[in-house]
Amino acid sequence: MTADAKQLAVDVRGLRKQYGDVTAVDGIDLGIRQGEVFGLLGPNGAGKSTTVEILQGNRGRDAGEVSVLGSDPATGTRAWRSRVGIVWQDESAPAELTVRESVRHFARYYPNPRDPEEVIALVGLQAKADSRIKSLSGGQRRRLDVALGVIGGPELLLLDEPTTGFDPAARRQFWDLIRLLADEGTTILLTTHYLEEAEALADRLAVVARGRVVAEGEPAALRERFGTEATVAWVEHDGTPRAERTATPTRTVAELMHRFDGEIPGLRVTRPTLEDVYLRLTGQENAR
Amino acid sequence: MTTTAVRPRGGTRSDRLPGAWGLGLHRGALEIRQFFRQRDQVVFTFAFPVVFLFLFASIFSDDVRGAGITASQLYVPAMMAAGIMSTSFQSLGISIAIERDEKVLRRLRGIPMPPAAYFLGKIWLVLVTGALETAVLLTVGTTLYDVELPSDPGKWAEFGWIFVLGLTACALLGIAISSVPKSGKSATSVVVLPFLVLQFISGVYISIDTIPDWMLNIGAAFPLKWMCQGLRGVFLPESAKVLEQAGDWEFGRIALVLGAWCVGGLLLCLLTFRWTNRRDG
Repeated sequence: MTADAKQLAVDVRGLRKQYGDVTAVDGIDLGIRQGEVFGLLGPNGAGKSTTVEILQGNRGRDAGEVSVLGSDPATGTRAWRSRVGIVWQDESAPAELTVRESVRHFARYYPNPRDPEEVIALVGLQAKADSRIKSLSGGQRRRLDVALGVIGGPELLLLDEPTTGFDPAARRQFWDLIRLLADEGTTILLTTHYLEEAEALADRLAVVARGRVVAEGEPAALRERFGTEATVAWVEHDGTPRAERTATPTRTVAELMHRFDGEIPGLRVTRPTLEDVYLRLTGQENAR
Repeated sequence: MTTTAVRPRGGTRSDRLPGAWGLGLHRGALEIRQFFRQRDQVVFTFAFPVVFLFLFASIFSDDVRGAGITASQLYVPAMMAAGIMSTSFQSLGISIAIERDEKVLRRLRGIPMPPAAYFLGKIWLVLVTGALETAVLLTVGTTLYDVELPSDPGKWAEFGWIFVLGLTACALLGIAISSVPKSGKSATSVVVLPFLVLQFISGVYISIDTIPDWMLNIGAAFPLKWMCQGLRGVFLPESAKVLEQAGDWEFGRIALVLGAWCVGGLLLCLLTFRWTNRRDG
């Protein structure tokens, strides 16, 4: 137990948070290992942001045990804060400063900051280093936010919906940046409501819905576990489309082959995508 | 520095966190740079008291009976005091409310910044802008409205402590009032109204011998009335004393009231300051 806790960068047990009558977080358990990229996946309002804000030490909790880098965030000291990097959902860097000025300035607060020029290069903003922040595009601003999140050389980086509102190309570039940081050994917790983002980046992920963790594991394993049933679809002689959910699709197809004596009209065999699994888990299946 | 925090990475890295004083200086430099890059804000902040001085001192320029001065001369120290309050109270009250709304403060809470560094940075900003504003108003006053610079170094010493105490008290009150508006959008109206009222009842726009006593007594509860009075004592001839409520400049009392507001304002800030707005809890 103690040995286990030492290895976990983030250890959360039975976390609860209520806003008035609304329960935002309803007993969440999380264990994030050192050096891994962990995805917190869920629809809007599932309790992701509240959870991350509690981990940052910026929001109180009603119940549960929380340990982030060995400390309770609610009583986080300056020394603890210098080891945790935060990238907020709605960030605002000082608009009148240049990229270089603001990265250099934020480096001053940390005992062992990274080299500002190196960080600017890491997030790919060299060409914009002397531009005022107000002149940056949305994607460039987000990169700057990440630069300010990692300038202190954090052991743990908390990213709250970092790519919301990005176009697909900007999102891909951002993913590359996160992978770079992960390769350097930074532990990363990332919340997102984009399934493909969690799948592309996370070593492990937890699916959250209505304040609870409804599934947890590696993306591939989640698909395995919740997606073993395939769907076999075909068209009957009279033109009626049919579909059957089955754990043994081959047998179903063989039976159909026998019945149709040759080609089966409109035959399709599909495995559920991770998206189907996700929608079923978060109770949004009917929304499609 | 305690050594309880175990760092898994890096063997010989120092864990010494930078101090509040040094960070405060850096924040001050940053605040000043940001301030002067927002040209509209610079113009608005500096021009406002100058325009008002020009209007009032040009409209009311008659001799004040029995005081040996003109009404224009009265307006110079009055507008200097208002200028100090506008660069401290008004600009901090509004800008901090906006920073809170735009989550600048929340970000600062998320980094290892000692809170004192933030306030020190604001004090540096206000010292620089307040000194500049005062210099501009004094230049206009001496060139256009016959105000004479005192030759007695004692008067300059009095000017020094009135400026520092008045500025500090108003800056702290500005920081305190920044927590009142619910959003950055409503900040201007919330901050400007009390400032405007105070200017009327503290002898800025209207000469103190014209204001009803009960109004002056309310004004006397706040720093602005005493800043005006002190600056009149520094820049007007002794003959103008007759216009004062007490018939004297009362420098001792001014120091006492402004000093008390510095302490009270600090307590108010410590008790009420919020890093996030109400919605964010």
